[in-house]
Amino acid sequence: MRVIPCLDVRGGRVVKGVNFVDLRDAGDPVEMARLYDAEGADELCFLDITASSDSRETTWDVVSRTAEEVFIPLTVGGGVRSVTDVDRLLRAGADKVAMVTAAIERPAVMAEIADRFGSQVLVLSIDARRSADQPSGFEVTTHGGRRSAGLDAVEWARRGCELGAGEILLNSMDADGTRAGFDLEMLAAVRAVCTVPLVASGGAGAVADFAPAVSAGADAVLAASVFHFGDLRIAEVKDALRAGHHLVR
Amino acid sequence: MTTPTGSALSVVVLDYGFGNVRSAVRAVERAGAAVELTASFDRALAADGLVVPGVGAFAACMRGLGAVQGSRLIGRRLAGGRPVLGICVGMQVLFEAGVEHGVTTQGCGEWPGRVERLRADVVPHMGWNTVEPPPATQMFAGVERERFYFVHSYAAREWTLRTGGRIAAPRVGWTEHAGDRFVCAVENGPLWATQFHPEKSGDAGARLLRNWLDTLPAGR
Repeated sequence: MRVIPCLDVRGGRVVKGVNFVDLRDAGDPVEMARLYDAEGADELCFLDITASSDSRETTWDVVSRTAEEVFIPLTVGGGVRSVTDVDRLLRAGADKVAMVTAAIERPAVMAEIADRFGSQVLVLSIDARRSADQPSGFEVTTHGGRRSAGLDAVEWARRGCELGAGEILLNSMDADGTRAGFDLEMLAAVRAVCTVPLVASGGAGAVADFAPAVSAGADAVLAASVFHFGDLRIAEVKDALRAGHHLVR
Repeated sequence: MTTPTGSALSVVVLDYGFGNVRSAVRAVERAGAAVELTASFDRALAADGLVVPGVGAFAACMRGLGAVQGSRLIGRRLAGGRPVLGICVGMQVLFEAGVEHGVTTQGCGEWPGRVERLRADVVPHMGWNTVEPPPATQMFAGVERERFYFVHSYAAREWTLRTGGRIAAPRVGWTEHAGDRFVCAVENGPLWATQFHPEKSGDAGARLLRNWLDTLPAGR
């Protein structure tokens, strides 16, 4: 069981806002990466939420400076569109890359990346919310949850595994920022079709929220603001998972 | 690439197009060696230690190794007792063969045995797992009970190399993922290898890399 702090990065700084609006600055990403490593984080995740072409150099720099001094796995997402983008990030020091929009627009890119670098580098990130419009009751969104992609989230996860994703990062847009707990029903629905590790994201608010996500099928749990603002510590979360008889480092 | 003293151990991380080479370079540097990332056969042959990283597919890694005469390089180093450390797919390619999607690819053949897909419901095996270190281990000295970071879909389930007489038997470590037991580490004279990623395993990985540097001839 892995505990993963996620750093939303914009212009080289860490930010995280409630439901992706009203962003607040929470610090220097390299500094925070070092802190989380020391606190026992099992992996780190950087999401470049601006993902514009001119922010890429900044992201590469942040990734590269982090990889210089932090020796745990690092996933980087935001604006990854091609094999070339993946290559650039891996060379900067990323271990995995997360894709949202580009995978929806051109699913074949997942197979291209998996063929070149192996499926273990590719994280399919799914921003999903509840919707009566899809058979499973969950739909895929883009643009930070503002637009529907017209896809069933559970079916998309299943297809992602087939197309070469080595991990699914399932982010509940309904729960994100609410601190009301993970969407356990959605996790269980995706777990049932998912043959690769599943990361639960969105909604963590208390130490007691994590063990139920694992019981619902998550192989890892990800959170951002509760860690950045010091409301929860990594060690507390791990203690709670241990108490729930889940194996942690 | 530089160290304070001229007597630092020299390590080459083999740059053949596969692997998180930057992490491997930085982690071995942190462990105390002067590290060079290169595909040069002569530089890799001459270094005190050689790291063979590797991620992705067995067949693709073997093609990459072929382009830099990796198999011959490893063989030449071992013939002279010069240490080599294989990591992840860099370990898998040391076996006789790898089987992916029904296709068998010949490996470097330092050890008998095949590398095959894991049988668990959830693959890749991704995360921090415990290891069962070999008896009298040097590799895991001080970190026998630590967890290490694994990310792989294939592994060697059997260790069939038999030795006798005056040749020391290789020391083999094991790990289990969802009931599937596989070789996670080998200490075989100058040839060491890990299925997990010491360069991504935090302080435990750093200690393991220092243990490896301690076996390098110039370090004795």
